[in-house]
Amino acid sequence: MERIGVFVCHCKLMASIDTQRVVDAISQTPGVAHVAAHEDLCLAPGMERMKEAISEHKLDGVVVTSCSPVLHDAVVRDAITSAGLEPHQMELVDVRSHNGVQEITEKAIESIEKAIEQLKEHRPLVQTRVPITKKVLVIGGGIAGIRTSLDIADGGYPVILVERTHSIGGHMIQYSETFPTLDCPQCIETPLMTDTGQHPNITILAHSEIEEVSGRVGEFKVKVRRKAAYVDWDKCNGCLMCTEKCPPRVLSEYNRDLDLPKRQAHRRAIWVPHAQAVPMRPIIDKEHCLHFTKGKCGVCQDTCPNKAIDFDQQDSFVDIEVGAIVVATGFELMPKSHIKEYDLDPDILEGIEFERILCPAGPTAGKVIRPSDGKEPQTVVFVSCCGSRDPEHGVPYCSRVCCMYLVKMALLYKHVVHHGQAFIFYIDIRTTGKGYEEFVQRAVEEDGVLYIRGKVSRIFRDGDKLKIWGSDTLSGKRIDMDADLVVLGMAMLPAPGAQEIADKLGIELDQNGFMTELHPKLRPLETSVPGIYLAGTCQGPKDIQDSVAQGGGAASKVLALFAQDEVILEEAATG
Amino acid sequence: MSLSYYPGCTLKTKAKNAEDSAIAAMAALGVEMVELPRWNCCGTVYSFAGDEELHQLAPVRNLIRVKETGSQKVATICSFCYNTLKRAHLLVTANADKLETLNRFMEEEIDYEGDVEVVHLLEVLRDDIGWDAIKEKVQVPLTGLKVASYYGCTLLRPEEIAIDDVEMPTVMDDLMRAIGADAVSFPYATECCGSYQIVSNPDYVIQRSWDILSSALRRKAEVIVLSCPLCDANLGQKQAELKHRYAQFTEVPTLYFTQLLALALGLDPEVCRFDLNYVDPRPLLESKGLLRQ
Repeated sequence: MERIGVFVCHCKLMASIDTQRVVDAISQTPGVAHVAAHEDLCLAPGMERMKEAISEHKLDGVVVTSCSPVLHDAVVRDAITSAGLEPHQMELVDVRSHNGVQEITEKAIESIEKAIEQLKEHRPLVQTRVPITKKVLVIGGGIAGIRTSLDIADGGYPVILVERTHSIGGHMIQYSETFPTLDCPQCIETPLMTDTGQHPNITILAHSEIEEVSGRVGEFKVKVRRKAAYVDWDKCNGCLMCTEKCPPRVLSEYNRDLDLPKRQAHRRAIWVPHAQAVPMRPIIDKEHCLHFTKGKCGVCQDTCPNKAIDFDQQDSFVDIEVGAIVVATGFELMPKSHIKEYDLDPDILEGIEFERILCPAGPTAGKVIRPSDGKEPQTVVFVSCCGSRDPEHGVPYCSRVCCMYLVKMALLYKHVVHHGQAFIFYIDIRTTGKGYEEFVQRAVEEDGVLYIRGKVSRIFRDGDKLKIWGSDTLSGKRIDMDADLVVLGMAMLPAPGAQEIADKLGIELDQNGFMTELHPKLRPLETSVPGIYLAGTCQGPKDIQDSVAQGGGAASKVLALFAQDEVILEEAATG
Repeated sequence: MSLSYYPGCTLKTKAKNAEDSAIAAMAALGVEMVELPRWNCCGTVYSFAGDEELHQLAPVRNLIRVKETGSQKVATICSFCYNTLKRAHLLVTANADKLETLNRFMEEEIDYEGDVEVVHLLEVLRDDIGWDAIKEKVQVPLTGLKVASYYGCTLLRPEEIAIDDVEMPTVMDDLMRAIGADAVSFPYATECCGSYQIVSNPDYVIQRSWDILSSALRRKAEVIVLSCPLCDANLGQKQAELKHRYAQFTEVPTLYFTQLLALALGLDPEVCRFDLNYVDPRPLLESKGLLRQ
């Protein structure tokens, strides 16, 4: 390229750059035929003037200084192509990110000169047309993945929903009632789960994991590992007679390994997570099954009317081809053991553990007990920000949902134990959603939930009680109080395996391990890989409402892609 | 193996029991403790003054003494000395200008260049010798002795100088287990004893001592081990007064971890200097069959 035009934007955001000096310096650069500065270059009048300059000065290449190229690329590209240039005849320079740097003008000149050199190396783009396989893979069957799957399936396209555990539903189905409307997931989520299970366009691959991913948008090839369930799910009819007679009683992951009196929260070695599981198919837990550990049980085999038990089953693999992928791998809570100053005690619970105890469909049928002795707790202390907003010892970010679920659990507790007292330690109360602030007011005014502003420095067992040390930063007093039960609002972390999935997909994680969106504000559903989208808490902490909204959003991205028959990919010609 | 060690003032006077038992125990573990020549006061309390350079002269001078012996590491037994020496070392290594000021001020000395590692004896036992090696050398396992390890503040705070997890330290408990004792954990293990408040606000310290000791007693501790002479004074010496104030209080011996280590290694109980302990631990140790005559 021999006649390069350089267009310097100088909107108010770049006021600290001496535009005239940039123009003067760049006009001396070899190969540059035209330099101009425009105010608000990215707006339509600016682009019009650039188009005029291209034809007036017969430019064969364009360098544009702008903000982040991510958003401006398409605008500039449209302008230069309508002025007769090819897409490869442009280069964008981000000078705004130098803001705050001393000698910012020099830095800008240097970046522009580099861009001019790069532009000269550009080769025409070669376009490849890839036909789109109109089928989507959704990874993760929590509420976000369910919403995405249903929306795409309703749009008429086949969905393959891969879920690691043996039922869809995610964390949401473990909760008691959900804020701020107090409807229970067993009522509001199960219809969606059933729809997902029965939808003619949705195939659920439960108890399965992503093994390998290759290909690109329109034609991803994915190998899915179907983990051995030791039950032939095609023969099984979900009668669950096997789970009634199975001898071992073991801690249940679905009940967060809660060890309640009389083993109320335990499961068998052959088990389904709960009575509304989708698919309603059991798996055998090899670590506890007496057939696998001692070689001498076969009760399930004897009870199964359909001869579905298959101790010799092996992992199998399914190869699928899809045009797009939605990642909805969700979150996990930071382990309680991370907070060293709080004892590991059966009566110190994290949020989801207490959800299980509060849940009317849970192991205690909604009777509020403390795990150590099954007694009804008279004083319950809730602690916010356990690990969140703690850059030194935990994670720097706010987990966004703890303020709301802690007050919700305090309120639900009060609804069961009317004479009990609930305290919530907090730093700030963050209630930004619709109806959230009103919910907190209701808990305080109608249900007598007491808020204490301050952090808890230590929790330990003191005889029959838990001792809580903390501070009340409003009165400036030390707090030394007793409680029967403590619930910790542990930080939300990315689900285990997020790194592995991201590596297989070739997408990035942010510094906290959440999946990175293409633009934090304007492209929150896309990843840096075309055809791979994000939904729910894999992208960052969010509540059910936001996860569902994002799930729907990701579905619309996929439907927009599937509205085309082929996708046009561009890459620079070689040689 | 020889180890350069900084005793500090109290170990030469009231806490002679800590020093004598430490030197004997380390010798039994094959480590010769070489006392630093010409050492001076550690500085006692780390200064928070803005122009704190002057306060760092004492600790840095001690580090220069270490350098002069050709050693690159110095151990302390007293937690307070550990705290001041280590923090002074961190301050001057992180602030080249302050280090230069100090070096210029002490023109008669060789320059300190941040080249001395300050460790506490508990770290030496854990990291250089190891619990397994100690276990092997135990002659009199302290079986059945319920020991509560009291860490206090100066080994753990601020976090940059902590010898173990700040909130949940285990190093002293691990040592107690290695020598056969039952380690009793208690929630006040890292709470401050009140420190120098004993001078201006003794009532407060007596309250703290009550909180700490009664918490350990509720967990069935028979003795408290610690590593700081000031903690020992506040928790041990004040027990006469505690008995006076709280009818339900029963005395509990406070010992240096080095004393129990020496005892477990089968050394002559004379080196433990139990006569210097504020609450005499000998009747208890005898009743447990741990004092060989």
